[in-house]
Amino acid sequence: MKLKTNLFGQTYSFNDVKEVLAKANEEKSGDMLAGIAASGNVERVAAKVVLADMTLKDLRENPVVSYEEDDITRADQDAVSDTVYQQIKGYTVGEFREFLLREPPEKLRAVRPGLTAEMVAGVTKLMSNMDLVYAARKLPVEATCNTTIGRPGTLSSRLQPNHATDNPAGIMASVMEGISYGVGDAVIGLNPAVDTIDSVASILREFDAFMQKWQIPTQNCVLAHVTTQMKVLEKNLAPMDLMFQSLAGSETASRAFGINVSLMDEAYAIMREKKNSAGENFMYFETGQGSELSSDGHHGADQLVMEARCYAFAKRYHPFLVNTVVGFIGPEYLYDGRQMIRAGLEDHFMGKLTGIPMGCDVCYTNHMRADQNDLENLAMMLAMADCNYIMGIPGGDDVMLMYQTTSYHDVASLRRLTGKKPIDEFARRMQELEILDEAGNLTAKAGDPSLFFTGNETLSGGMAV
Amino acid sequence: MNATDGFVRDISLPEVKERVLIEHPQSLAMIKRLKKTTNARLGVGRAGDRYKTETLLKFRADHAIAQDAVWTDIDETLIDEMGFYKVQTLVQNKEEYVRRPDRGRIFSDETMEAIKRDCIHNPDVQLVIADGLSGFAINANLKDIYVIMMDGFKEKGYRVGTPIFVRYSRVATMDKISEALGAKVTIQLIGERPGLATGESMSVYMAYEASSKKPESQRTVVSNIYRQGIPPLEAGAQVVYLTEVLMREKKSGVELKI
Repeated sequence: MKLKTNLFGQTYSFNDVKEVLAKANEEKSGDMLAGIAASGNVERVAAKVVLADMTLKDLRENPVVSYEEDDITRADQDAVSDTVYQQIKGYTVGEFREFLLREPPEKLRAVRPGLTAEMVAGVTKLMSNMDLVYAARKLPVEATCNTTIGRPGTLSSRLQPNHATDNPAGIMASVMEGISYGVGDAVIGLNPAVDTIDSVASILREFDAFMQKWQIPTQNCVLAHVTTQMKVLEKNLAPMDLMFQSLAGSETASRAFGINVSLMDEAYAIMREKKNSAGENFMYFETGQGSELSSDGHHGADQLVMEARCYAFAKRYHPFLVNTVVGFIGPEYLYDGRQMIRAGLEDHFMGKLTGIPMGCDVCYTNHMRADQNDLENLAMMLAMADCNYIMGIPGGDDVMLMYQTTSYHDVASLRRLTGKKPIDEFARRMQELEILDEAGNLTAKAGDPSLFFTGNETLSGGMAV
Repeated sequence: MNATDGFVRDISLPEVKERVLIEHPQSLAMIKRLKKTTNARLGVGRAGDRYKTETLLKFRADHAIAQDAVWTDIDETLIDEMGFYKVQTLVQNKEEYVRRPDRGRIFSDETMEAIKRDCIHNPDVQLVIADGLSGFAINANLKDIYVIMMDGFKEKGYRVGTPIFVRYSRVATMDKISEALGAKVTIQLIGERPGLATGESMSVYMAYEASSKKPESQRTVVSNIYRQGIPPLEAGAQVVYLTEVLMREKKSGVELKI
């Protein structure tokens, strides 16, 4: 393995694979904060040149956190199919990039079982933004809970009806408006303000009652900590279609989230036994570049490779939904709209290459150098990349988490721009309710939450509607 | 847009958010009732699949003020009027503040020495005022909360230290100041990361014998302090009550079961 090169009369040499990976990363404020980024543009390219010449075998044998000290490294390495690995281990990373751009979808699908997170992240560092979109389109991933997500020609959405205090009537008001825009085919999923068993259970029941009453074919979820959801299941308190957890890319960083591989194995087993949903995919994960550094669990590795390790962790549980919350963490990790757009495209591509049904929370906070135009740019690019789903929230304003994400309007607009539709059963039900037309576009009646009231209902809570 | 007295209508007024913009709703009354249950941006209608112009401009205005709250250096007129002791972290400007949270948590050796030289040692209560991610928040809430807190501390007979203002400050500066001065309860007022149109929200972090050796869970927090959230006068009373609890129990944060 060669660790140095010359560029423009200057020698650039690196100590190890981890340093090459970090310095080959596109510019991210988080890698600068960690003190591991390339010192300048030319050194960054030199690292890319060295990385392009490494083999996939070099990357497999040099995980950024050692097998002995990290349960995610073990999970990832142990899952590798040796047959497939033997076929691809001799590719250089540069050749692997060309393979992904050149070959048809079935050949790309076939290499997935031979990959580790470091290989996935490595090739991503050599790809341009359009490369990432171009290759991702060849890597569709379907998954089935009550309905099936990720089929060609679909663009799904999570209805995110967050509320400052988890007031059930207020949550359901956002649900009704969202459904009236044809949003919510991926999941109706709330980030709770209150992470208690009773509150989580009561909101799950609200969602379920609404889905039953209006015959909406989708999934429900309350994105509480996994241990809270496990208790809801153990006590049989509410019907739960999807179980949620935020993931990080190392054992140390996972500890800050209060999880590890064995706890997630346990959660998965309980959910398999007690779930309310029909299909084989019933887990929902969120991730995002930078969370490992934020909890001092990055082990000196860059935030892109740590993110790829989250996907390796996620794939162990055959999830129905995985999305990066790309611009949520703040400017010390992703400084501006440019870095946020790059990260969104990287994360989506890496998820798809890993083989998980990837969506994206296209978002930004108010202390980032980013705005609504950056958000819309990334959303349009991801729609073109065949991203499985995005978020839908009233007016793009999350009044609980205090950040901006894609709106009900954005979901409808992107479907019209790309000719994509929601998941089939959901689209048909929206037609019956006269919210969407046959092409999947909004009707004249759409966008009116009072569609769900026929006269004398009270507003005492979601159950009442 | 309607003009009155030569002005185009002010879209930053709270009542603008209460308007229903859907053109032919099945039930306007019902949508109005739905909007009362949440401050989410409901009932905004559409132009094709996109926002109406008023919705778009309202959003842009709310984002603009939030960004200004982050990027504008705090106006220190009020801090000076109140005669607070002023220091700065290692950070030199807003840009560095945002990029380098590590440098916003610590002081130079000279600054630490100056604090030790100039400020009251071993107080019962040490106040730290920090700009954080919104200087607007400090200027909007400081006067009201300060008066209530000081009255409360005086009544309890607490020995109050020299109030210290920290420019470009993260929460953890309170630990450094507490260690330098040997404070019992340290109370930090800090500007929160602004949400849309809520650049005036402030938090109060409190800890008993705050220390950089203790985990973040040492801190007791009161957040969402602004006119439409927890009003500053009410928050002040809450802080006085919590100070009493911390002094009595000699602990804070998760160790304290309230």
